[in-house]
Amino acid sequence: MAFLRGFGKYLPERVVGNVEMGALLGAEPDWIREMSGIEMRRFAREDESVASMAVAAGVDALEKSGAAAAELGLILVSSGTAERRFPGPASEVQFRLGAPQAIAMDVPMASAGALFAMAQAFEWAPRVGKVLVVAAEKMSVPVMAEPREKGTAMLFGDGAGACVVDRDQGFARMVDFELGTDGSAAGELKLEFGSPVHMNGRMVILHAARKVPAAIATLLARRGVAATDVRVFLMHQANANLLSKIAQTVGVDVSKFYNNIARYGNTSSASMLIAASEWDGGWDGSVVFAAFGAGFHWGAMMVEGT
Amino acid sequence: MKQKRITEILSEIAGKPITIGSDESLFDSGLLDSFGLTDLITKLEKEYDISVPDGDLNPRKFDTIDRITEYVEARA
Repeated sequence: MAFLRGFGKYLPERVVGNVEMGALLGAEPDWIREMSGIEMRRFAREDESVASMAVAAGVDALEKSGAAAAELGLILVSSGTAERRFPGPASEVQFRLGAPQAIAMDVPMASAGALFAMAQAFEWAPRVGKVLVVAAEKMSVPVMAEPREKGTAMLFGDGAGACVVDRDQGFARMVDFELGTDGSAAGELKLEFGSPVHMNGRMVILHAARKVPAAIATLLARRGVAATDVRVFLMHQANANLLSKIAQTVGVDVSKFYNNIARYGNTSSASMLIAASEWDGGWDGSVVFAAFGAGFHWGAMMVEGT
Repeated sequence: MKQKRITEILSEIAGKPITIGSDESLFDSGLLDSFGLTDLITKLEKEYDISVPDGDLNPRKFDTIDRITEYVEARA
């Protein structure tokens, strides 16, 4: 068994609105909003790292859970924007949290990373007890590096989200997940060291708009739950128009898909956990997490309120 | 025959008449965007009772009326 025990988040202080972003990119602020639904995003300070944001979100999640770092058996850190090839941020997060007893693993998967890390936590919790899942991204560094591509750079922001998964107790039980990977599309969305983000937007949208609803439908059918009976869909916040399209395909009103993209932009793997940490509509019944990202990797997970 | 119906479907999605040549890019002409392409494939699957597999989910295969027609005729 595995339960959700608490979520946390960290958002850098600096708010970058569309007027400032438009001036930096040579784009009209209204165009940015119309294309993405984004009105502002957060940019981290130069001295803030993926690990430091992950630690802040992790501390928040532990506090919200009433759990201590010393109780953790495993720390999973998802990030597609780690500052170095190795070691990844997970070991640094383990040290800075003060959890020497915990093993730490990186999930370098970008947007879908938090969902895949939660699936790992689901499997690991029965063995280790408490798992801290963290997703942290400093997307501002690669997207604002020259040469900037305005259609890509306008989308992203920085931040971190976290979740404590517990073998024994929590407000929602993790019941099932459906994940997929299509490595033939690895070149369609990628970030190489020293290069800007490469995104074939048409491919990404097309595959996300088909694969995420399919994963959700498979999961719901397997659990015997109607989409309309799901309390909320907490999805990776990639693009407001994509959320609408997926909601339409799933067969629910878009209001069932929690949306905070106007405030934070796309914070890659962090976004789903930030959204979960802000969701205040209750966890009774079924709640579905979903994500899509580079790889391509995608999937959905269902939890049920206890 | 199929090309005429495909053009009608494209017009419904674009919300305006399709006036470009059958070999011109629907994306470059602004008639189709990423979300419109998703709608197009869904409508083609229903209209012609076909299933577009993941391996065919490539915008290049649906970039012109000619390519869409060719794709559908090979499968319908």
